Amino acid sequence: MSDTPSSKPPKGFSRRAMMATSAAFGAALFAPKNLLAQSYPTAEVNTTGLAVTDDTVTVGILHSITGTMAISETGSVQAEKLAIKQINDMGGVLGRKIEVIQEDGASDWPTFAEKARKLLVNDKVASVMGCWTSASRKAVLPVFEQHNGFLYYPTFYEGLEQSPNVIYTGQEATQQIIAGLDWVKETKGANTFYLLGSDYIWPRTSNKIARKHIEDFLGGKVVGEEYYPLGHTQFNSVINKIRLRKPDVIYAIVVGGSNVAFYKQLKAAGIDMTAEDPVLLTISVTEDEILGIGGENMEGAYACMKYFQSLDNPNNAAFVKAFKEMWGEDIVIGDVTQAAYLGPWLWKAAVEAAGSFDVDKVREAQIGIELDTAPEGYVKVHENHHLWSKTRVGLAKPDGQYEVVFETAELVEPDPFPEGYQ
Amino acid sequence: MTISKTSLFTRQELIGFIVLAVVIFVLLPLALDNFRLNLFGKYLTYAFVAIGLVLCWGAGGILSLGQGVFFGLGGYCMAMFLKLEASTPENTSIQSTPGIPDFMDWNQLTELPSWWVPFYSLTFSLVAVVIVPVIFAFIIGVAMFRRRVGGVYFAIITQAFAAILTILIIGQQGYTGGVNGITDLRTLKGWDIRTDEAKEVLYYVNGVLLFVVLVIAQFVRKSKLGRILIAMRDQEDRVRFSGYDVAGFKIFIFCLGAAFAGIGGAMFTLQVGFMSPTLVGIVPSIEMVIFCAVGGRLSILGAVYGALLVNWAKTTFSESFPELWLFGLGGLFIAVVMLFPNGLAGVWSEKIMPRIAGLMEGRKPTAKPLVAPSPKEKEAA
Repeated sequence: MSDTPSSKPPKGFSRRAMMATSAAFGAALFAPKNLLAQSYPTAEVNTTGLAVTDDTVTVGILHSITGTMAISETGSVQAEKLAIKQINDMGGVLGRKIEVIQEDGASDWPTFAEKARKLLVNDKVASVMGCWTSASRKAVLPVFEQHNGFLYYPTFYEGLEQSPNVIYTGQEATQQIIAGLDWVKETKGANTFYLLGSDYIWPRTSNKIARKHIEDFLGGKVVGEEYYPLGHTQFNSVINKIRLRKPDVIYAIVVGGSNVAFYKQLKAAGIDMTAEDPVLLTISVTEDEILGIGGENMEGAYACMKYFQSLDNPNNAAFVKAFKEMWGEDIVIGDVTQAAYLGPWLWKAAVEAAGSFDVDKVREAQIGIELDTAPEGYVKVHENHHLWSKTRVGLAKPDGQYEVVFETAELVEPDPFPEGYQ
Repeated sequence: MTISKTSLFTRQELIGFIVLAVVIFVLLPLALDNFRLNLFGKYLTYAFVAIGLVLCWGAGGILSLGQGVFFGLGGYCMAMFLKLEASTPENTSIQSTPGIPDFMDWNQLTELPSWWVPFYSLTFSLVAVVIVPVIFAFIIGVAMFRRRVGGVYFAIITQAFAAILTILIIGQQGYTGGVNGITDLRTLKGWDIRTDEAKEVLYYVNGVLLFVVLVIAQFVRKSKLGRILIAMRDQEDRVRFSGYDVAGFKIFIFCLGAAFAGIGGAMFTLQVGFMSPTLVGIVPSIEMVIFCAVGGRLSILGAVYGALLVNWAKTTFSESFPELWLFGLGGLFIAVVMLFPNGLAGVWSEKIMPRIAGLMEGRKPTAKPLVAPSPKEKEAA
């Protein structure tokens, strides 16, 4: 168990005794948060035996901090801890400080299931921020549904899921794909597409949606579709095929370490992305991945996300500043990190709307919750447990940041089971 | 001398079995809440593999770094049955093709592949849990041992099999669930395996099966076969020149280890509620060898304790120090290998047992070394 330093209750004092004193001598002497906690007696806000006391509430963080996924999930852990620290500095949730129990999923799906069960059954946490890969989410899902836990899942993912026990703070596939394809058709006049990706459920489902949209709605043509195993590093043959078929757009959903090889080999093969012939559009490279690929190898590529670190709005400026203060000046913030940051805030808003920590009440209150302080701008929780959010396109710069070149005028409705795309 | 030929257990071994039975069936259930008990149930599924390794590696000298393959095959056979049961048309009505497992639908399959169909039958699946790993082991065994591939080369090849099977499962995700594995398993013939009561029942079923496997392993070790295995480990050529079919014995023991691992895998699936390729690959296969090494590769009971201890340490370290736990676990392995090369079982028989024996004979401890050990005592040591 590792607590954030700020969440430790004061030692040597009995908080209960303090509150008794405050009742005797007049509550006005004390900070408003104590008043708040008093007006929400523990017995009323917690009727299902969660880890809620008169002055604390415990939540879980469940990410991989060891193993191959650690490099991706660290940003999410940092964002969640930042959000929890900020919430605690503001007085907590219903007057109660958030305490954190962090568990390591160790990039291993059975471990995720084991730790999820531990957090819910043993620690009785009020909610969990966690998971990154679809595989880990699929592994913990039955645990959350059985024990009625509540999970905030940050990653953009393939959709096809809508659990009553999960809030998906990242984009489902259509939110990330459709607006980006429309944009590349309109502004670049793209008609032919080459789809490629790593071989697992997310790229395959995403490309299925992309193909349907290209063929049925844009009147374009898919000239190639290929998949490579996770960790694959030899992309020469596909690069040759791309040169042969001359697509207008390379639509790339390569993930993890394969990215480094793919973009370097693309550059080495003389495909200059800054010349935009073809245009490279990806939905899998955030600022975090560019750290590994190298900004110079990625220059000129377009990425379709909902958040970029360079986003110009006051919420994001404050978020980036606080993030760097807490975790260091050199850190970069990608799309998923921002989505992870939303988790604790959405939960806080729902708990306060419900006036209770009970999962059933929080779930009900969560629908329709709006957050106008989100770094990505305004977001709202849809009744299908996903977020309304904008889709944006960024142009990769040599310094490893994206320049935002397009954003949808309106929030895009989440649609995890898109009709006509299945 | 006559005791060892006619009975399955020496008195000391019998005590060891009884102590383990008390630990598994009385102490752990009394001391642990349901959640922890389920975790120990999971650890015990690895003990099946470790027992198989004691026979193959400790007794037979065949080091397999691919036992995860058999564990995984057993687990997948069980998972396929459970997945089909969970994928009723009502449960999957949201899919484009209701009635098939969800991952097939996501991968654009529109009907159940024919080789999945037999797994609608529980009987077939239970048989497959044992038979599929055995067939695999038999093919590998025939290919390797008939050509007299052994030692390090065999270990490397088994590792390659673990890697191949993982890649195959991940690559054929429409048929196998890919990286996600087969998840969201719910009921066994209508019996909800996710409830606390079910988990408790499964724990005891697991314990009973473990003892069945232990008794089989003990029988093999005590039989003529066990003696030939040890002879093969120590002087393979002499055994061959004596007219024994060395390869045949090796294939048999390798298949037996695979069968044990398959049972463990099936119990894992039932207790944890899913199966994924992360349990098939090289890393878990090596971990299973470590359980066996920590417990003591010559002792079947030691293997069970090894699996329990290492996994318990893993869980405890990672709960207490999420950022540092791997170092703690690494330290444990180094300490065991450096200090106790024969594992926990070695500590028991070399350090603790002599003490206890000394205490029992406390009245005349000095006289003992002068007396030549009787045949009976030799047997016990």
